[in-house]
Amino acid sequence: MDNVFIQLFIEFFQIGLFAVGGGPATIPFLMDIPSRHDWYTKADVVNMLAISESTPGPIGINMATYAGFHAAGLTGGIVATFSLVLPSLIVIVIIAKILDKFNENPYVKSSFAMIRPVVTGLIATAVYGIFQTALFTAKDGSFQLPVFPLILCAVFFVAMNLKKLSKIHPFFWMVCGAVAGLVFKM
Amino acid sequence: MREFWELYTTFFRIGGLTFGGGLTMLPMLKYELVQKKNWVEEDDLLNYYAVGQCTPGIIAVNVSTFVGYKRKGIPGAIVSTLGMISPSLIIVSILAMFIQQFMDNPYVAHAVGGIKVVVCALMLNTVLTMGKKSIVDKITAVMAVGGFLLAMFTPVPTVLLVVLAGIVGIVLYKTGKLSV
Repeated sequence: MDNVFIQLFIEFFQIGLFAVGGGPATIPFLMDIPSRHDWYTKADVVNMLAISESTPGPIGINMATYAGFHAAGLTGGIVATFSLVLPSLIVIVIIAKILDKFNENPYVKSSFAMIRPVVTGLIATAVYGIFQTALFTAKDGSFQLPVFPLILCAVFFVAMNLKKLSKIHPFFWMVCGAVAGLVFKM
Repeated sequence: MREFWELYTTFFRIGGLTFGGGLTMLPMLKYELVQKKNWVEEDDLLNYYAVGQCTPGIIAVNVSTFVGYKRKGIPGAIVSTLGMISPSLIIVSILAMFIQQFMDNPYVAHAVGGIKVVVCALMLNTVLTMGKKSIVDKITAVMAVGGFLLAMFTPVPTVLLVVLAGIVGIVLYKTGKLSV
């Protein structure tokens, strides 16, 4: 079929279906698409990844919108994004219905009681990764120990835990970070 | 009808204000859904996140679908998901036209440098709070450390870790070591 919207739907529905575990899992699929369609290049994927630090939203969504936009403008972006989320929308609603019925089931409760700490451990590894990429990796990929950013990080960490400030919307801290970045030319 | 609008705008805010990827959405989700609106408990959030790890799709979107469903059934799930992806649709479409200038702008680079630092602090804070909530005894402490070590140093996929954790939970329950 030649219609670009149908092709976008097919490609991104598949990514939405097979990329299990989050945004980064979509990247190999996204890298594969340039070999079959001339919607965007691999270099574009790298650009988009770099920009995702400074744009809001989940990285997978941003990538789909970007790829779709490149392929077929605004409508392309919308089609690609909807196609990406459709599989999980369906799956999650089904699971949510099931979980609802078994909410008080002791098997479900006991599994989740153990799953929650494991997930915390998983998130901890992701946090480690974030620290590594954001702070400890220099532009050329080598290890760096950025004293000032680390101090700033500690300051922010302490600040957001102060009783008076702990109820503030996280976005406030992001703005502070942006201002600090501009002031200190980080 | 107003509740649907509230659902949409809440997730629009969450999706629109989170910088730095899906995981950094957790502090936002916690703030908006647990702290401010009391739509879910923190435990529920962790549960949804766990399921989101095992299902296809973007985790941030999955969590919004879960919460939307919990609030207003299937229509709610659709509305919350739409809310979550709308900011991206708008902003990325605009940016896609100016991407090179955007990336080259030194002010953007500096601001991003600062934002990165805050994101690290926020994430550290979030994982510590999650730890406090999910680690309640020796067993859960072992599970957390085990999960961390396995995810960090072995190629065991996260889906498997979550499933194994669930099995451990059931086994412990059946052998009377865990009460729920």
